[in-house]
Amino acid sequence: MGLHVASRAPDCQPIIEFRNVEKSYGSLKVLEQLSFSVKAGEHLALIGPSGSGKTTILRILMTLESVTAGDVIVNGVCLNHEQRGGKQVPSSEAHLRRMRGAFGMVFQHFNLFPHKTALQNVALAPVLTGSLSKAAAKERALQMLENVGLADKAHEYPSRLSGGQKQRVAIARALALQPKILLLDEITSALDPELVEEVLNVITNLRNETDMTMLLVTHEMGFAKDFSDRVLFFERGKIVEEGPPSEIFLSPHHERTKSFLRKIIAAGHRL
Amino acid sequence: MIWSWEFVAEITPDLLKGLVVTVKITLISSVAALSIGLFFAIAKMSSVDLVRRSAVLVTETIRRTPLLVQLYFLFYVLPDIGIVLSPMIAGTIGLGLHYGTYVSEVYRAGIINVPAGQWEAARACNLTTRQTWTEIVLPQAIPPMIPPLGNYVIAMFKETPILSAITVLDLMGEALAKANFSYRYLEPITLVAVGFLFVSLCSAALIRLLENYLKRQAA
Ligand SMILES: Nc1ncnc2c1ncn2[C@@H]1O[C@H](COP(=O)(O)OP(=O)(O)O)[C@@H](O)[C@H]1O
Ligand SMILES: [Mg+2]
Repeated sequence: MGLHVASRAPDCQPIIEFRNVEKSYGSLKVLEQLSFSVKAGEHLALIGPSGSGKTTILRILMTLESVTAGDVIVNGVCLNHEQRGGKQVPSSEAHLRRMRGAFGMVFQHFNLFPHKTALQNVALAPVLTGSLSKAAAKERALQMLENVGLADKAHEYPSRLSGGQKQRVAIARALALQPKILLLDEITSALDPELVEEVLNVITNLRNETDMTMLLVTHEMGFAKDFSDRVLFFERGKIVEEGPPSEIFLSPHHERTKSFLRKIIAAGHRL
Repeated sequence: MIWSWEFVAEITPDLLKGLVVTVKITLISSVAALSIGLFFAIAKMSSVDLVRRSAVLVTETIRRTPLLVQLYFLFYVLPDIGIVLSPMIAGTIGLGLHYGTYVSEVYRAGIINVPAGQWEAARACNLTTRQTWTEIVLPQAIPPMIPPLGNYVIAMFKETPILSAITVLDLMGEALAKANFSYRYLEPITLVAVGFLFVSLCSAALIRLLENYLKRQAA
């Protein structure tokens, strides 16, 4: 497999920037003084042992969690604070809603709306947020379902779909508002092995055919290697090592990275 | 004592009137319980600590004291401080409050049982809080609430005879009036039982129809 290098000229300003971010649940420190940035159009893989804070990072970006300290900057605008009356105040719901528009998220357990058909799941957000008329939203939702190979399942309810199909609907739903940044949280780990590929193929297509910035949390190291421009290896809420996939996967520097990759391979994941 | 059809014929019109009152009270009290329950449920899920604690205190107090005591309070004690309620109003408020506490638990459980992932997906779709409730949470929370709510309505219906204690002339009240006047209990009380059985069976069937309808809607 060839090494992918970001093909687009990177913007000078990062699209995402974490500045000394801290996140605690009570006395449990989940993220510690975390700083990193992501360039527009970059494909970033976040790897690391369970509990190292990868999901938390995506959830903070999707505004499902707040940060305990530090700042998250998206497109040059602070996510967790806003300016009001010349002062920095914690973000209001209105500010969060504006910021949220930049993101789409695909969850490990799909989280499809069970009382809506595949088509309704995808068309819901554009209709309710008023970004498209009902007819236009339906048309685009159909197009998106076709892109993920599910045009024939448009009128099925999620309970009648396989795991792989559910996750592809969830991807279409996450794309419905045309986000600049796509967050993917272990999107294949709840799937039967034979259904993993159909979902990863969709992601590969998105990677190659759009200029979306993508953050991928995964235990599929083989896929992470082909997918990413850069890999961050996390442990206990800190970045232990980062670099291009060729380096992280083939000649990691840190002992922690090496032992993590050994364990992953021993657990049956291909590299 | 021998069963007298003649006596049955004589008292039936008034008992039917009583049955109508009973059904009416049940319906009005149901609406009251469903509304009061909603109010309690919202208070119990409030993010404001004081509101939540007060709601729990009030509902637990109401739930752990007998309905009869509450009815006496509303009808016989409140006039002492200048609040005079008609038997019907006092009865409706009593039933509504008492069952409202149970109903609030049904609402709360129904809402809590909607998985957190649904709220999160709604957020990721950038829905407003209001849209999240109307489009995502309530459509999933309400169908499982219907059977327990239906059961509470039927339970409330079966408990209306207690209102005769505050002089409401419902089915039981009418029957007691007839019995006390004629010293014959057999026919009036039997008719009360038959009346309740009949309405109970009808409403249980109705609720089953509603459940099936909702199930078909969901499928
Ligand atoms: N809502 C929460 N309350 C308490 N602890 C949490 C909560 N969410 C996550 N955690 C803890 O935060 C840590 C990091 O979690 P997570 O970001 O999900 O890790 P990862 O995705 O890398 O496995 C874990 O120790 C987890 O138990
Ligand atoms: Mg995780």
